[in-house]
Amino acid sequence: MDAIATGTDSAGKANASRRIAYRHRLPTRIWHWVNAITLFVMLMSGLMIFNAHPHLYWGQYGANFDHPWLSFKGRPIPGWATIPSYYSLAGARRWHLAFAWLLVIGLVAFLITSLMNRHVQRDLAPTPSELHPGHIWHDVKEHARLRFPTGDAALRFNILQKLSYVGVIFVLLPLMILTGLTMSPAMDAAWPWLPVVFDGRQSARSIHFIVAALLVLFIFVHLAMVVLAGPINEIRSMITGRYRIPPDRSAG
Amino acid sequence: MISRRNFVVAGGSSLLLGGCDKLDQSPAFKGLLRSADSLAKGSQRLLGRNALAPQYTDADLSPIFRSNGTAMPDTTEYAQHLANNFADWRLTVDGLVAHPLSIPLATIRSLPYRTQITRHDCVEGWSAIGKWHGVQLSRFLDAAGLSTRAKYIVFHCADRFGSTPYYESIDLVDAFHPQTILAWGMNNHLLPVANGAPLRLRVERQLGYKQAKFVQRIEAVDSLAGIGGGKGGYWEDASDYAWYAGI
Repeated sequence: MDAIATGTDSAGKANASRRIAYRHRLPTRIWHWVNAITLFVMLMSGLMIFNAHPHLYWGQYGANFDHPWLSFKGRPIPGWATIPSYYSLAGARRWHLAFAWLLVIGLVAFLITSLMNRHVQRDLAPTPSELHPGHIWHDVKEHARLRFPTGDAALRFNILQKLSYVGVIFVLLPLMILTGLTMSPAMDAAWPWLPVVFDGRQSARSIHFIVAALLVLFIFVHLAMVVLAGPINEIRSMITGRYRIPPDRSAG
Repeated sequence: MISRRNFVVAGGSSLLLGGCDKLDQSPAFKGLLRSADSLAKGSQRLLGRNALAPQYTDADLSPIFRSNGTAMPDTTEYAQHLANNFADWRLTVDGLVAHPLSIPLATIRSLPYRTQITRHDCVEGWSAIGKWHGVQLSRFLDAAGLSTRAKYIVFHCADRFGSTPYYESIDLVDAFHPQTILAWGMNNHLLPVANGAPLRLRVERQLGYKQAKFVQRIEAVDSLAGIGGGKGGYWEDASDYAWYAGI
């Protein structure tokens, strides 16, 4: 978005509908698709692991004789939502603990690249004026009416996008990784602050589940927005980087 | 009513899932995923090779410590030991050692011991906190004169799954870890049968299936190839669980 190499003449407004902009840089695009696959595998193998003991607790310990805050009978997650689709805790752990490396390495690489090429500072960080409640409320109303930014405004993330992307990248994904690590007995030995920060392994397991649910919510909203904003243009821009700028509404 | 969209979504997802199931069963792909195990082991050893597992206080103890695996070994041999209060139970230490040992349980209970309150984490997700009393495994290995060729310590147990006696193994980093003990007591009492009487392993940085119960024999080996199916433990061989269970 900084280096928007508008490969067009930005001259005539008549031309506006053909304006193509370079919107997503290569590191962003690679990370996006690696993450899409990784999150899909993590969610579904995680749901299989949940099937092995579908009860969640708060605190350091929690097992069958203790009091869960969420509890299901049998194996609640159906096969179409799990990896593998047949019951296999060993198999699901294999997928989960291998793809977890992709999640961690991808996030770290994306953060380093995006801080260095100033993607975070320039495109993701909200400006003070954007954080003004009036501005946020305005954007909420515009989204509710399905009126999305047009013209050059479509090349910048709006404040709701910024908040959700920053929330996922800086809050939800790190929480997912840290609560996941807290469930590892050897990690709790190496980093004893982990179970302290999350107030116990079983609390960490509960938070892991809740944050996973929030990520699912994000994915649903994200996909809905892609569909509403023009799926072909949106998906193409995440594959090739090139995005057709919607004609400026104010220009009539 | 199944809408067309639902049909397409269901069809698409079953195709994807079928692909995942196929991959799950492919030895090559399995091996690729498995390589993350050594990555986990390597990095956890790097971050804290001798790090101690968190210890808790009496106030943190689980009201009921869930028993898992075998709650009561079903062999006549074990029944006789139980009837006899384990008076004739012995621990054998053999394999790659200079002096094989056969130690009476009474002797083990008279050795200096550690008490530690630690968290037991099952591979399924639950946790229980218990207080363990037992002798450091390193004492037995030192007394037996562990060979420099030894790489793994194998635990042979009195409980059976079908006709197979339970077995597990750990490497020397975990074997010589100060919190790795052969516990004879739990929560200020002698070990209950359901929790592995009269002697069980506590290897505190590993998941529950590594915590061998009813331990009768410790064997030092240089390779796991000759143990059971060759993967180093009962569940590793029977259900393909990872041998390294630190995560």
